[in-house]
Amino acid sequence: MAVIVDLAVQGGQMLLVLLLAPLLTGLVRKTKARLLRRRGPALLQPYRDLVRLMRKEVVLAESASWLFRVIPYLVFAATWVAASLVPTFRTGLLFSWSADLIAIIALLGSARFFLALAGMDVGTSFGGIGSSREVMIASLAEPAMIMVVFTLALVAGSTQLSTIAGALLNSEVGLRVSLGLALVALMMVALAENARIPVDNPATHLELTMVHEAMVLEYSGRHLALIDLAASLKLLLYVSLIACVFAPWGIARPDAGPAALALGLASYLGKLAIGGGALALFETSIAKMRVFRVPEFLGAGLMLGLLATLLLFVSRSL
Amino acid sequence: MTLVLLLACAVILVATSVLAVAMARTAAATPVVYGSCLFASLLSCAAAVAALLQGAAPANLALPLGVPWLGAHFRLDALSAYFVAVVSLGAGAASLFALGYGRHEHAPARVLPFYPAFLAGMSLVVLADDAFTFLASWEFMSLTSWAMVMAHHRDRENVRAGYVYLVMAGFGTLALLLTFGLLAGPHGGYAFADIRTAHPSAAPAALVLILALVGAGSKAGLVPLHVWLPLAHPAAPSHVSALMSGVMTKVAVYGFVRIVFDLLGPPAWWWSIVVLALGGITAVMGVLYALMQHDLKRLLAYHTVENIGIIFIGLGLALAFKAHGMEFAAALAMTAGLLHVLNHSVFKSLLFFGAGAVLTSTGERDMERLGGLIHRMPQTAFVFLVGCAAISALPPLNGFVSEWLTFQAILLSPQLPSWGLKLLVPAVGALLALSAALAAACFVKAFGVTFLGRPRTPAAAGAPETDRFSLAAMFFLAALCLVAGVLPGLFVDALAPVMHAFVGARMPVQASVEWLSIVPIAQSRSSYNGLLVFLFTVISGTLAAFAIHRLASDRLRRAPAWDCGTPDPSPATQYSAASFAQPIRRVFGTIVFRAREHAEMPPPGDMRPARLTVELHDLVWEALYAPLAGAVGFAAERLNRLQFLTIRQFLTLVFAALVILLLGLAIWP
Repeated sequence: MAVIVDLAVQGGQMLLVLLLAPLLTGLVRKTKARLLRRRGPALLQPYRDLVRLMRKEVVLAESASWLFRVIPYLVFAATWVAASLVPTFRTGLLFSWSADLIAIIALLGSARFFLALAGMDVGTSFGGIGSSREVMIASLAEPAMIMVVFTLALVAGSTQLSTIAGALLNSEVGLRVSLGLALVALMMVALAENARIPVDNPATHLELTMVHEAMVLEYSGRHLALIDLAASLKLLLYVSLIACVFAPWGIARPDAGPAALALGLASYLGKLAIGGGALALFETSIAKMRVFRVPEFLGAGLMLGLLATLLLFVSRSL
Repeated sequence: MTLVLLLACAVILVATSVLAVAMARTAAATPVVYGSCLFASLLSCAAAVAALLQGAAPANLALPLGVPWLGAHFRLDALSAYFVAVVSLGAGAASLFALGYGRHEHAPARVLPFYPAFLAGMSLVVLADDAFTFLASWEFMSLTSWAMVMAHHRDRENVRAGYVYLVMAGFGTLALLLTFGLLAGPHGGYAFADIRTAHPSAAPAALVLILALVGAGSKAGLVPLHVWLPLAHPAAPSHVSALMSGVMTKVAVYGFVRIVFDLLGPPAWWWSIVVLALGGITAVMGVLYALMQHDLKRLLAYHTVENIGIIFIGLGLALAFKAHGMEFAAALAMTAGLLHVLNHSVFKSLLFFGAGAVLTSTGERDMERLGGLIHRMPQTAFVFLVGCAAISALPPLNGFVSEWLTFQAILLSPQLPSWGLKLLVPAVGALLALSAALAAACFVKAFGVTFLGRPRTPAAAGAPETDRFSLAAMFFLAALCLVAGVLPGLFVDALAPVMHAFVGARMPVQASVEWLSIVPIAQSRSSYNGLLVFLFTVISGTLAAFAIHRLASDRLRRAPAWDCGTPDPSPATQYSAASFAQPIRRVFGTIVFRAREHAEMPPPGDMRPARLTVELHDLVWEALYAPLAGAVGFAAERLNRLQFLTIRQFLTLVFAALVILLLGLAIWP
């Protein structure tokens, strides 16, 4: 019986992240538009876009290989699995032990690896520029992320996200310098990984400033729909991650009853709304950087993460 | 019994070598030699794996060969069994590959006799149980591989590669010779059994550590002793490159482990600092060098340097934990390091085979002259992609498992009492993470430029798929990458006897963990299940594909590439290897390689094309080796005069030497 409930909760989470991801993207777009005094597209516009793309035919470049057609599914699958493993409304999900935080990061790394290959596949200059810049950004963002993971793991004594969330829920942990540094580093990484301003601009189609959009320039139809959905899922994943680790309040424990689950769900939705709003506010208040300023930005993130880890190596209470 | 069988395999290999000399010029030589090597390798691999899994007690054997008062001692313990398994697995795969690849060799008589001997030399190093046998096998291995590096000796670059390799190999062996001399002590107990019981005092032990790092490290490719490796590995025929990069460097790792963990006795706390620092620097430098290359085989060779760094990080952590009495953590770190030995030998062999297949099909190693091969060589492209994903440490393949275990070991290190380590280990963790991320970037470049995009030359446009033997070898290794990635528990458990013998503890039994996860310490702390991650990814990908093809449109139209509306038919407009690496070159290379870009713009009205030249400096070579080579050259120039003395001057010289030596003897207390 318990297994069935656990399975239902795990399955529910998989569906939940999939269904909520476009909504979060819509929310960010809408809030940004309102902050700029525009009316902006409807909240549900990302869903409509996905449906529209799904219905369209795929126009495939003549030089595209089989890999180009497989990659959207791979990217989507890896991102979806990673997003389903991050606790959203309940910790201790049925399969949460199958991959810890390092493995989740690596799964996202797999998705990026293949997406970068897709940029190279057709053999155009824009695909190449996108891929090469993406891997440059990733080469700094990933170590910074690993340093954040180190910090969390040393505070909580575990790399399992459920255990980390549980440990940080305990008031004993309290406020720490290292956690503060890690939070800043994680936010910087999240901005870079999700191709947000100031690192990249998700709305741009001005050629020379694109990174993510340049990589997926040759995609169309259902392939593009999958890649857009994967990008939304990744944004949701990072907001959930920050929420689950740094604002775990309200999240249901593994032995929680229906009331606690409902509370967990409500608080999760609240956190998503706050996260999306904060992102929109941040994006409207800052300008995009030049590409070669990005390494400085991410290098700062890496150093913050390293500093946080070093503090914990020096003293467990910092 | 197993030991006799393993030695018999080595004898078969040496006999094959002799046979190869006799029949090198006949057409049947290639299949006979490689077939025989394949047989011997499979046999010894099966025997070694069986010995490892049974957890058999160490077996000894002394043969009346070699130095009369010493004889030749051989020993098969868990560590030897593991490394014999790694060596013969790589050798078997390379032999299978060579059954097809060897037919394209235009000078088989320069490769065939040395190949089996090289394989035998590597197994004998791992089985040796006295200093003399060890060094003799080590030299045998070096010289036979050198001969194969020089197989295509009409190429000027290969001549230089062979020369640098010979010098570095001689230097490394000299360091190992001194290592064993110090270990044997004044009484000269050269059998490993004698060395094990006699623990040297602190100062000689420190010297032994440094010498072992130089000797084994120069063969393995630790920075700054790596200079020969990216020259020599690509110069050899591809199956030999795979063996040199994937297997011979592991024999060097074996030498280091044998000397430092086994023969040298209990470690001092600072040893690990040296090893960790070298490992971290090697990992990052290796991958940065690799990113700057556009020769596919040289890129792979530099990646070997990186992976050796990762292995040494694991070993360094194990030393640190062992020195502070944390056996379980030491077992975790050493398992990580040794598992990476196997993993790297599998995917590096696979990648070199892929590069070899590309080389035979197109005649090109330069990535800037390839492209689009995925259309012409779909199967090679697929297995090469698996290898790229594995070496980039992407789940669910095997490279990720060993890096994950290394990260878990790093997370245990705050418990270490020494301050030096407390500050160094997080930095090494950051270097490891950086090298993993850069490796992914590098393999996006390697695969993307070589196999994707549009062909840059007619040779690439007309490349045929490679032969069946080569494909079989590559598919076998690719399958192994997946198996070791989804079922890592089996391999971790197989390493348990090694851990028992060398650090006194082992990781928890993984076979009993439910769902075949791996759990380094406890499940609440960390666990990883490659199988489930793999299944989940496959299921959700299939589900997505099924749902979309059922519910959405499945129409598809081929059209010219979009490229923002301005596609250019010339393949030169694609991103090349150099342009792909440009952002990373600008970020890291300006410091590490003092990279500079010079843009040469013709004045307005001039129709000449603008030129962009990139200037890179190999600082290790320029700061360390070039002055050294200069000094040696200078001294040789000066001393050259000694060859043209008159007879009287020679006699004076001899007399003076005699007097000085006698004086020395008289003054000596």
